Amino acid sequence: MEKIIEVNDMVKQFGSFIANDHLTFDVYKGEIFGFLGANGAGKTTAIRILCGLSAPTSGDVKVAGFDIYRETEKVKKNIGYMSQKFSLYEDLTVSENIRFYGGIYGIPKKERKKKETELLQKLEMEEARDKLIVGLPLGWKQKLAFSVAILHQPKIVFLDEPTGGVDPITRRRFWDLIYEASADGITVFVTTHYMDEAEYCNRVSIMDEGKIEALDTPAALKQTYNSANMDEVFIQIARKPEAKKQ
Amino acid sequence: MKQLKSFIKKEFYHIFRDVRTMLILFGIPITQLLIFGTVIKNEISNVPVAIYDQSKDDVSLELSAKILSSGYFQLNENLGSIAGIDEIFREGTVKQVIIFENDFGEKLQREGVANVQLIADASDPNMARLVTSYTTGIINDYITKMHPNLQMPLRIKPEVRMYFNEEMKSAYQFVPGTMALILMLVSALMTSISITREKETGTMEVLLASPLRPVQIIVGKVLPYLLLSVANAFVIVFIGRLVFGVPVAGSFILLMLETILFITMALCLGILISTIAKTQLVAMFISLIALMLPTIILSGFIFPIENMPTVLQWFSHIMPARYFITIIRAIMLKGVGILFIWKETLILLGMTLLFISISVKKFKVRLE
Repeated sequence: MEKIIEVNDMVKQFGSFIANDHLTFDVYKGEIFGFLGANGAGKTTAIRILCGLSAPTSGDVKVAGFDIYRETEKVKKNIGYMSQKFSLYEDLTVSENIRFYGGIYGIPKKERKKKETELLQKLEMEEARDKLIVGLPLGWKQKLAFSVAILHQPKIVFLDEPTGGVDPITRRRFWDLIYEASADGITVFVTTHYMDEAEYCNRVSIMDEGKIEALDTPAALKQTYNSANMDEVFIQIARKPEAKKQ
Repeated sequence: MKQLKSFIKKEFYHIFRDVRTMLILFGIPITQLLIFGTVIKNEISNVPVAIYDQSKDDVSLELSAKILSSGYFQLNENLGSIAGIDEIFREGTVKQVIIFENDFGEKLQREGVANVQLIADASDPNMARLVTSYTTGIINDYITKMHPNLQMPLRIKPEVRMYFNEEMKSAYQFVPGTMALILMLVSALMTSISITREKETGTMEVLLASPLRPVQIIVGKVLPYLLLSVANAFVIVFIGRLVFGVPVAGSFILLMLETILFITMALCLGILISTIAKTQLVAMFISLIALMLPTIILSGFIFPIENMPTVLQWFSHIMPARYFITIIRAIMLKGVGILFIWKETLILLGMTLLFISISVKKFKVRLE
């Protein structure tokens, strides 16, 4: 399988605090890669490095085939990013947001119009086209933010806790969108702390205190840790340091 | 280019849709100008005075008449003796007592020296200073015009401002100062707020993860405010002209070019502030406290730089507004050209370049 993200011995240090402790992993083209870990485990730090928002202290990192130190601009052209905080402009309308993001990714006008219509049809949001984002329900906003993040057909899309604070049904619908993008050939790199979502991924890695403690398919992980679901797997891994202390 | 266009369009949506932004951009400048121009006055009119004329000869009467007909003063009482002075000040009915000595006219002609005593109510020191300096000015003027060959032993503090503002209209002083203050504030405040707002909402991360270059983000943030601030400058000059009668004696084009330079400098300062501040609130505080107060106090806007303690005079050298005020006063009031203000222009240019290079460098492509 073709590797689309290659991370080799990546370290990120803030002063004496090591946020990412020698991470090594690959992500394959077209897969949905779950990046799990408790709060403060170093997920967001890693995702920001992969998006070119922050430079690693050391290590080799390649995203979409480009070196993250020297070819940051090329990396940025080939990725989509949806941040933990909500990434659309609240005082702009749905259509204006789509036009803006289309504009900064250099999508030609004709193509953008076509995509805008398709996208709104798919999300059943045609009537909201000229409404301000601020008045939309959270679920709509998140679906729209995701659709906008993949508007320019990136090779990889990074989602940093995209489903925080929404109900299970909306979350399920959001995952339908993720599957669709994956079927279109877009690699999905997603962080979450909902363990039921981990089951939806092709492979997951579990981080704890800056290190990757486990990386495999959900089924294999459940077998290794002898657990019925991902929740138990996660608890076993997260408890390990406490066991060490005792 | 297309990316930049989308970005600038988005900025204008933000500006025009936010009532508060529109208020800061256009409401504050106009009200501030009107307040500074009308309420804070350094000029006097119809100040009540008393005169104790011991001599009552032609010269003293003529001089009294001249003082009272100036429009600045109004006779409250003609005193008959020196005893009433304390009382009259305590009551607060007059601000100044003018005393002519015995044989005033005769002494003036014979000895060339005659004394006038000015006693002012200094419980309001600023007022007292103004009143006495206006009076000495009038007396001086009288002496030099009526008796060109005589000299009076009066200590006259020459007021530089009078030279270009013979009627000593305070609007002439406040319009340029207010312009500097408003442009500084609006430009620096608005850019720093609009950048930190994107940091707060998280959209800045998305912008930085996009192919937009930092320079494009900076230009996209600065350009809309540059245009609006220039519009603002037009409004200020226009109001200054229309409401306060402040002329633009020099070249209007030069005035606008200097204004654009100053605005650019302030916008870069705003970007610099936004690289330090993490939230809109912090950005606002830094803009207000670190920029507005020193601009008011140290730029020569209200207090003359020459009268400051030496240390503060040094500080005033790093106030960009100081140079801008000098420049626009020179263009608007004296009507001089670039030959007389090239030094100040060069300093402003240097500051602008410095701030641009620091802010581009500090503007983090990679958010830490």
